[in-house]
Parts: sequence; C-alpha cells; structure tokens
Amino acid sequence: MSISIQSIHKSFGSYLALDDVSLEVPQGSLTALLGPSGSGKTTLLRIVAGLDFADEGRGKILFHGENVADVPAGERQVGFVFQHYALFRHMTVAENVAFGLNVMPRHRRPSAAEIDERVKELLHLVRLDGLDRRRPHELSGGQRQRVALARALAIRPKVLLLDEPFGALDAQVRKDLRRWLRVFHDQIGLTTLFVTHDQEEALELADQVVVMRQARVEQVGPPQEIFDHPRTPFVYEFLGNVNKIPHANGEVRYVRPHEMEITFAAEYDAARDVLADVTHLFSAGPVASLSLRLGDGSLVEAEISRKQLEELALSVGDRVAVRWP
Amino acid sequence: MKHSVVTQETRVVRWLLIAATLLILGLFLLLPLVAVFIEALRQGWQVFWAALHEDAARSAVGLTIAMAALAVPLNALFGLAAAWAVTKFRFRGRALLITLIDLPFAVSPVVAGVVWILLFSSHGWFGAFLAKHDIAIIFAWPGIMLATLFVTFPFVARELIPLMESQGTDQEEAAVTLGANGWQIFWRVTLPNIKWGLLYGVLLCNARAMGEFGAVSVVSGHIRGETNTLPLHIEVLYNEYQFSAAFACATLLAMLALLTLGLKSAIEHFSGHSGRGH
Repeated sequence: MSISIQSIHKSFGSYLALDDVSLEVPQGSLTALLGPSGSGKTTLLRIVAGLDFADEGRGKILFHGENVADVPAGERQVGFVFQHYALFRHMTVAENVAFGLNVMPRHRRPSAAEIDERVKELLHLVRLDGLDRRRPHELSGGQRQRVALARALAIRPKVLLLDEPFGALDAQVRKDLRRWLRVFHDQIGLTTLFVTHDQEEALELADQVVVMRQARVEQVGPPQEIFDHPRTPFVYEFLGNVNKIPHANGEVRYVRPHEMEITFAAEYDAARDVLADVTHLFSAGPVASLSLRLGDGSLVEAEISRKQLEELALSVGDRVAVRWP
Repeated sequence: MKHSVVTQETRVVRWLLIAATLLILGLFLLLPLVAVFIEALRQGWQVFWAALHEDAARSAVGLTIAMAALAVPLNALFGLAAAWAVTKFRFRGRALLITLIDLPFAVSPVVAGVVWILLFSSHGWFGAFLAKHDIAIIFAWPGIMLATLFVTFPFVARELIPLMESQGTDQEEAAVTLGANGWQIFWRVTLPNIKWGLLYGVLLCNARAMGEFGAVSVVSGHIRGETNTLPLHIEVLYNEYQFSAAFACATLLAMLALLTLGLKSAIEHFSGHSGRGH
C-alpha cells in the first residue's frame, strides 16, 4: 500500500516539529527518513502510525488514496516497531507475537490453534524458532528486535513503520540485521518506512531516502542520486565526509574525498591543479586517506586507492598536485 | 563479610556499628512490641480473651475492618486514576496535582479531622443542610470514613507514580498500534506491569487505614460500641486504667503490623523476579 503525506504541519506549543512536509512512499518500497535528531522524522513516523496527530485543518495523510486522518491507530493496520522495542515484559515471546491477534474482536479473531500456527510461522520467518517460551529479558538486543518485528507483522499490516530499528544494537549485530532486513523486505514486499540518523544505514538499506532537517524535507531520492547530487550544503555534509573549498569568487565548492585526484608535483598544470603538502597519511584500510594542506593553508581530505598510493610512493611532507572536478 | 574498597574501617569499628544498630533496633522497636504482648497477658489468658470478646471490642474491630474495606479499594481506584493521569498524559497543572496528592502526608491528621468538623458538624458550613435531611457525618461512620480516606489517599498514588513514570507509555502505544482498546490495554498491559507496586501501595494503605488515630479521633466522638475504631477503643480502655484489656487489643494492631511486614517482604521478593525494572 502506498502512503501519501501532503503538507503536514505539527507544532508542540510554540515549537514547530513539522513544517509543511509532503512525501510519497511508493507501494512496496523501503523508504528511509534520514536526519539529525530534532529534524522531525520520528514525529512524522508517529503521525503516519496515528500515535500523534498533525495540526488540524492542514494537510492529509492518504493510505492508498484514502484519507486516514480520522482512522484511529488501532484500525490503520500499521505495524510499528519502537526504538526500544516496547515488548510486553510480563509476556513470553509467543504471547507478545500473539497479542495483536488475541485482542481482535471475537468475530474476527482466529481460533487458538490458528493463532498458535501463525505465531510459529512468524517466529520462523524472523528466525527465532524455539524461543517462543522465553521472556523479553532473556533475549539479546537483536532477538528482541525481531520479536518486535514479528509482533508487528502478526496483524498482517499494510505498512511497516520502524523507529531507529538498529539504534540500540551494537555495531556487528547492526550490520548483520541491516542486511537481513533488506532481504526480508524483498521477500515480503511490504511498504516500509524507517527512521534513522545514520546516513550509511539509510544509503545501504533504502530504495528511497528522505533527508530531513529542522522540520522540513530537504531532499528525496534514490540513495545514489542523493549521494552524488546533494541539492543543498546540508545534505552534502550530512551524507558523509566532504571538503569545503572556498573559491576566489566567494563560492564554496563541495568535493568528496574520493573525488580528489592526486598526481606528482612534477606534473603540475597551473590551469587546473593546485599544489598541496601531505600532512597526514592513513593507509590501514581498503583505501588510503590523505590530509593535504593547500596553498592558502586550508586542510582537505583525499582518498586514493592503495595501489595508487604505492605508485606515487607518497610520504608525509611530500608535495603533490591536486585537482577536483 | 566481604571487604569492599569503600569500607576500610577496621573490624572493631564495623562490629561496633553493627552492635549499635542492633541495640537501637532492639530498644526502640523490638522491646515495645514484646512489651505489648507481655502486658496483654499479664493477668492471664482469660482476661486477654475476655478483653477481645467484649462487645465494645468486637464492635471496634468490626468498624475498623469495615472502614478499611471501604477506604482501601476506593483509594486504590483513586490512586490508580491519579497515577494514570499524571504519568500517561502531559497537561497544565500536572505538577500541582502531584503536589496535592502529597497533601495528606504533609498535613497533621488532626487538622484533617478538624476540616471535616468545620464542613459537616452541626455548626459547620453544611451543618444546617445535613440536619434538615437527617444525615449524620460527624460522630458517625461517614465522618470516620472521610477522615480515613483523606489520610490514606497518597499511599497507592505515591507508589505507582514513579513506577509508571519509569515505564513510560511505549508498551501502551505498542498495544494501540496492535489494535487493543482502552480496556484491553489496561488489563493486559498496564495492570500486569504495575501489579506489585499496586499491591504494595494497597498494603501500606490498609495498614494506615486500620491504624489511623488522629484524624479519626477528631470526627468519631468516641461513642463506645458505635464510633470507636480499634485504635480509639484502645485509648478509651487505657484512659480507664484497663491496661491489660488495652494491651490485649493492641496485640491485634501489633499482629497487623507483623502481617503487613511479612506480606511486604513477600511482595518485594516476588516483584524482584518478575516485576519492576528491566
């Protein structure tokens, strides 16, 4: 199901959390809401879920073309995974997953046997077979996260909403779970919207990235496009390392470290190159990164392949010629 | 005993501290408790038994239980509602409400009693109205009821507010998105999460409801066999120099205290395993 957000405003007292936000989430896509804290991304997610309400009389939220402003959260059929999972502490894993089914009105509620069957399927889907009798406090962070996911999926939601899904996990689990979620999403094809402040996570995982800043949407697009063609300086800086190089005409150029080209000082071409000194060299990674001091004293970062580093045989203090697109 | 980095006192100092603590505990807490039982039985079992079976004593016990049976559930309900309101919602005047809940703890119980007198006695603000409709509040059980309600109001709320505050609203919100209605959320999510805290508050509330003296004393009128609760009955007996009878009745309150302590540690034991914290 597609989600269409049309000029939503939200204020808390005098604080403006969302300022005329519009956004299309296509059917079946995996969309990331990316932004620093306080940019309004979680508020937007909660409004889509029906846990918060946009300011009245302005804007709409459509699920598959239908306005859901007056539909209570419980009837929107959204699966919501909370940042800290919000598992029911006093229930077992199976009871947690079955909750959404057990609270259905009698005429819609599946039989006990069907519920058991469904819980089993879901736990299998999120690879937690055999943990049905555990309680949340007996599980690892990654396992809890998947219980929360299974619980949200139990009600057969039309949309899946995830608030900082990997925020509370350590680095390794985070990476594994991220890849797993991507595969999982492609498997079940559910329209998914997730909030993150981690640009790497958004770029790796999403089909569509929505960059937010100070209550507004800054840019929307596929990860590649966002990364290669940031529309504003903010997006440029937020999406990864970038050099800000002031030009003579007062304009500032944004150049990513890997876009910097380095050659021998002997090949210096005054028409397009700048001379620089190597002040720092870091080569213990897949690529080598250099700190360079330009003629005006400003420092920039450059990334080159290890192979090129060897060819140039650089060391700290060497003078090189640098150019950028 | 394990040494820790922060306790570098010598063995002697440690034993002295422990001995002093035990001595004070024994002198001020244990000794009076034992004294109650010794005094009660000084004139033998028969006198003890007779004091408990006397009509006035029975009536006092009955009234005390009845008052607690009314006040505790009501205050459990009020406390729950108040804690729910101040922790699950943000609204203007919230801080004031939290402060007001504590008022009965801050004010002397005697003042609480006098306020009811001011309102409902025959010379009070609503006295004429009550007299016209033949309603007795002061020097009757409704007055005792009001006084008991007032002094025991904070117990449940005070116990639940920090607990519910620390739990936040995440689980309730999760239940909402899963389609649960308000009633289901309360019974299946909120209540199981606070049950031990609630029980603890109810227990303390009950102990105070049965033991309250000051506020009740002001509004009761001390009508023997009618408006005397157990603590008031004990005072009457004592003033009449019936020491053994007074202490015999006091053993009931002492046993209530012991029972309360026992249940309290049981609750702490169980809640430690499945209740509070993560």
